[in-house]
Amino acid sequence: MSFDAIPVYKTKTYRRLCDAEYSSIKKHQFVVVGSGPVGLALALFMARKGHEVVVLSAFDFIPGGSKGICYSKEALDIFDALGVGARIVEKGVIWNVGKVFWGQGAEPVYQFDMLPIKDQKNPGFVNIQQYYVEDYLVDALEEMDNVDIRWGHAVIDLQTEENDAIITVQTKDGDYQLATDYVLACDGSKSSIRHLMGLDFKGRVFEDSFLIADVKFKQERPSERWFWFDPPFNPGRTALLHKQPDDIWRLDFQLGWDVDRAEAIKPENVAPFIKGLLGEDIEYEEDWMSIYTFQCRRMDSFVHGPVIFAGDAAHQVSPFGARGANSGLPDAFNLSWKLDMVLRGLASKELLESYNHERTYGADENILNSSRSTDFITPKSPISTIFRDAVLELASEYEFARPLVNSGRLSAPTPCYDSPLSTPDLDMDEFACGPRPGDICVDAPIELDGQENWLLQALPDSFSLLHVGENPVSSDLTTLTLPATDLIAQRYDVGATYLVRPDKIVAARWKQPTFKQIKQAHQRALAQMGA
Amino acid sequence: MKPEAHLNLMANLPEPDQVYEVLINAHDGLTQSESAKLNAKLILLLINHIGDSKIIIEAIEKAK
Repeated sequence: MSFDAIPVYKTKTYRRLCDAEYSSIKKHQFVVVGSGPVGLALALFMARKGHEVVVLSAFDFIPGGSKGICYSKEALDIFDALGVGARIVEKGVIWNVGKVFWGQGAEPVYQFDMLPIKDQKNPGFVNIQQYYVEDYLVDALEEMDNVDIRWGHAVIDLQTEENDAIITVQTKDGDYQLATDYVLACDGSKSSIRHLMGLDFKGRVFEDSFLIADVKFKQERPSERWFWFDPPFNPGRTALLHKQPDDIWRLDFQLGWDVDRAEAIKPENVAPFIKGLLGEDIEYEEDWMSIYTFQCRRMDSFVHGPVIFAGDAAHQVSPFGARGANSGLPDAFNLSWKLDMVLRGLASKELLESYNHERTYGADENILNSSRSTDFITPKSPISTIFRDAVLELASEYEFARPLVNSGRLSAPTPCYDSPLSTPDLDMDEFACGPRPGDICVDAPIELDGQENWLLQALPDSFSLLHVGENPVSSDLTTLTLPATDLIAQRYDVGATYLVRPDKIVAARWKQPTFKQIKQAHQRALAQMGA
Repeated sequence: MKPEAHLNLMANLPEPDQVYEVLINAHDGLTQSESAKLNAKLILLLINHIGDSKIIIEAIEKAK
């Protein structure tokens, strides 16, 4: 296999397995296929829970090219749960504000704040090159004794039975086979596992191409997302400017559908765009150039017997809205605790079906948002363009039209309110505020054992109760009791008790629940029959 | 509970001839695309004023 066209950020060491692995079939509980952010996050979650983890990566390197640069608050909270959040936030560029410009106008027609709720540990967004994220996840994995990342081991065949699978892996030293109860397919939008199984991946193709020009230059500019409709340097089309670490900036220009990719990417053809946006006398170095087109699509089901798909392998969206990795990471969080429970015999395989239910729902939300943004950004009919321009014209003058401006609705959690794992509120319980079953817990600064802490950080990685106020709760679950300070009362309501899942999603909530009610909700959240 | 509002399909304009005249006159001297833009802006202004997605969607269905 040759990956000549792929830039390399860091080479990793291919290792030959021992002879026995080439001559006989070794059995594993699960194997992670793919070494992108989703596969690595899933591997790290499982490793931290004490499982033996094998990761198969077709590459023997971490690919270069900034690729996915925007990581949402939800993703950062997940990185915190994995112990790599601090490193990512420290290296990354924090931003909360996005501005949208139109035509020649120097003033934004619309702006938004990605962190409307303040007093949370993580910012709305952090920009960082994807290879740093992957590198930090790999570092964390490499520190663990129970992790085996097999660089340069490519899956070339897969045979599935009802309860397990045989994978054929190609290496420089020959092919070998391994057996596994679960295949965790995190091998990206061109997923080889999906192809080998002949599974569908249906959706909508958008007839447009975009140029990514990541360039290095030194200039003081705010850390904000700037988006242009119809700017003078790309008339009738769009452009985007985003800051990354190391003085690298993401410039993105809409090109239209019929584009000669090889021509478009030549420095002399890219330069007018860059100079148009940054000024004639800008001095810059090219870092990474790429042309992309996109589709919005997902698999019908993410769970196929022993094979479970996550991330881009399972669903794909347009890049507007940063909903790729930011929806794949919640896949990993969701799947990891469920698979852990199943492997430890604490839940049946039924629990894995809830992964499919909750995350296909999430994928649909992301596809919906991303398709709507794309239809606004690249109108597909003359009348659609007329409405888009009418919105922009009105938005520059009147407040009412600004919420209609859609330059990408940036990734936000996709709460699934009809999850089979959630227990509906009791009729008698009234809540003035607080997350509903299906919502992620909102972060807040708290004091714990005399120390300043954050709520999301203080919640354990197992099922637990979060309780606000004085009355004791009768339960055998770990309980985090918080005094009803103004902020906690505003976010969680006084006297409320929440059953929180390991992925920090609320499974049930009450005012003064009984021991039995909590027990039943806990069983339901584990998809235990008869609950 | 309040009864659900529906799109009003009964006559509701006190000055129908005047409003119609103003609407048509607004397009005087405009090209096709300028007219389309004016209509688009007008629709956006009005749907925001109505502020009820259900009624707006009902109206879109009726207009088809």
